[in-house]
Amino acid sequence: MDLKKFIASLSNTPGISGMEKEVSQKIVSTWETLADEVEVDTLGNVIAWRKGKNSNHPPIMIAAHQDEIGFMVNEIDKEGFVRIEPIGGIDPRLLPGQEVVIWGREKVLGIVGAKPPHLQKPEEREKAIPLDKIFVDCGEKKESLTQKIRIGDPITFNQELEWFNENVCTGKSLDDRAGVASLHQALLELKGTQPEIDIAFVATVQEEVGVRGAITSSFLLKPCLGIAVDVGFAQRPGQEKELSIEANKGPALGIGPHVHPDLFSRLQGIAVENDIPFQMEPSPHPGGTDAYAIQMSRCGVATALLSIPLANMHSPLEVIDIRDVRRTGKLLARFCLQADVEFVEGLTCL
Amino acid sequence: MLIKELTEVPGIAGREAQVRSYIKDKLVGEDLGFSLDAMGNMYARHKAGDTPHVMLASHMDEVGFMVMGYDPGGLLKFAPVGGIDLRVVVGKKVYVGEDKVLGIVGAKPIHLQKKAEQNKPFSRQELFIDIGASSEEEAKRKAKIGDQITFATRTEYINEKVMKGKAFDDRAGCTAIIEILKSKPRINLTGAFTVQEEVGLRGAGVAASNVRPDLAIVLEGTTASDVPESPEHRYSTTMGQGPAITLMDRSFLANQHLNKRVAELAEKEGIRYQFRRTNIGGTDAGRIHLVEEGIPTIGLSLPCRYIHSPVSLLNMDDLQGMIDLVKTILEDIAEGGFPLGKNY
Repeated sequence: MDLKKFIASLSNTPGISGMEKEVSQKIVSTWETLADEVEVDTLGNVIAWRKGKNSNHPPIMIAAHQDEIGFMVNEIDKEGFVRIEPIGGIDPRLLPGQEVVIWGREKVLGIVGAKPPHLQKPEEREKAIPLDKIFVDCGEKKESLTQKIRIGDPITFNQELEWFNENVCTGKSLDDRAGVASLHQALLELKGTQPEIDIAFVATVQEEVGVRGAITSSFLLKPCLGIAVDVGFAQRPGQEKELSIEANKGPALGIGPHVHPDLFSRLQGIAVENDIPFQMEPSPHPGGTDAYAIQMSRCGVATALLSIPLANMHSPLEVIDIRDVRRTGKLLARFCLQADVEFVEGLTCL
Repeated sequence: MLIKELTEVPGIAGREAQVRSYIKDKLVGEDLGFSLDAMGNMYARHKAGDTPHVMLASHMDEVGFMVMGYDPGGLLKFAPVGGIDLRVVVGKKVYVGEDKVLGIVGAKPIHLQKKAEQNKPFSRQELFIDIGASSEEEAKRKAKIGDQITFATRTEYINEKVMKGKAFDDRAGCTAIIEILKSKPRINLTGAFTVQEEVGLRGAGVAASNVRPDLAIVLEGTTASDVPESPEHRYSTTMGQGPAITLMDRSFLANQHLNKRVAELAEKEGIRYQFRRTNIGGTDAGRIHLVEEGIPTIGLSLPCRYIHSPVSLLNMDDLQGMIDLVKTILEDIAEGGFPLGKNY
């Protein structure tokens, strides 16, 4: 499937952490045509294999998470208003006036409401509305609503991916479906080739609640090295420049405690050789991505992190440039084709 | 569907042209006389011989924004036109200009915020609109200074009765007038589609001066505060309880004799109604009833939850109730039952 179609299809599909099944099914059915074998593990991670010439060697693991932030139904009050519990980190200031979908026995549309501004005291108006004052309004009474939804049902933003122009798009859950799409691009680029070492492309689950899918999938795979692809903060006004990367400048190569220096250098070298634009992302605090879990799996794994620039992270309208996704996929594919046993063994040489 | 299309047309105060031509298209062929005044108010006149002359007024403009400038990276700076709580703007889709260029209101990611920042709303200076342009030049090609910006909300049913959408205030009123004009009541009637209500009720007084009716009925979308966190006596109106007869608002104290007859008629016809109970907000009635030596005026309001936000809710039974109630009033006037004298 074409990269743009794939990313739209992923972005439009609901899949909050722990409830990724619908997204998984789309990934499995698409990757079955590109991989030698596709499997799903106990937690729900999707693993797509490209078999190498040397199939006895532990695989290279390339991971991007498929789950998205969202909410769960917490309570349906006597008037039919729905109280919600966030899954993953969401700024409550984004919520009032937002359209959501509650995925119950049927799909129910709702809008996020709060106390009307004209009923707020002046001092209230100067404050952000906290999450516990926010509710979802489905315009229905409790009696009919409880026929359709119940406590625990997942809630996602009601957003369809849209293109600003041929390269830039906005949608929900591009953190990290853009990453999954870069794995897809790598699979497309690897068509008709055979790498030296087995490659396991993993669409992980439950990243947003503590990189949980990466913990079990890296245990299962026992990889010889791992690369996590996630998103980084695209520069916008009011953001610290040092913590931001730039859109349409290629993947950002993470550097810091969770990145093996030789792996970093190899990725950088490949980017230069192949004229793939890239940028640097210093990341002094390891954490918040699958690389964190992969690195500490079993007896330790050499890891690297690639970040795709994304604006408005953890909002219903995340923005990416598809060229960065394509470049990331290309870099991954080139890396896979060049990785050999000698390089892998070198990672643990004194 | 009329209300869907009409609410999705962009039209902030001063930029009502697209709304106006949409409404005119819907009324062409109904044997009406159309006219336009210098402010942009549009009139559709229905003639029915020697009867009193009633004006129905609804405003075409909606709350929105205007393009104010650019940042070097190609983002747009903007300012609100009309009363919008800026706290509901972040993370929403908008359309810029008449060609509806897609834009989004972005904000700093939660990961880069300090904890205390989350207690404070984003200020206008922190907000920007992203149209996917990568430079100031590209942004300037796609969006001009002064272009209107409206929410990019789609109108649709969220259940059997309730629709979500933007600009029910007051395209719902415009929808009602269109339906009523099409029903060809037995009375002289002018549908006045007014401008610039959201920036200070600026079109309606001019409209009333042009029409000089014997009675004006203002059809408005109003706030329904029947939601959690607000006390019941402050609800103003309740969604699903029918059209609301305005007792007062910040701009207008209703004529009790007229209101009494409206309530009687609703009861007689079995039309569910309620009273609009708070003094919050102003409407075109505030201008109209003070024109010349005073024009008898009735205010009818449709309850909308989350008015002046990107997405509000409207119960379609309430809208139908309003249309039925106005038709009943017009029929009563034609029959001579309605108290049109100077008896405040």
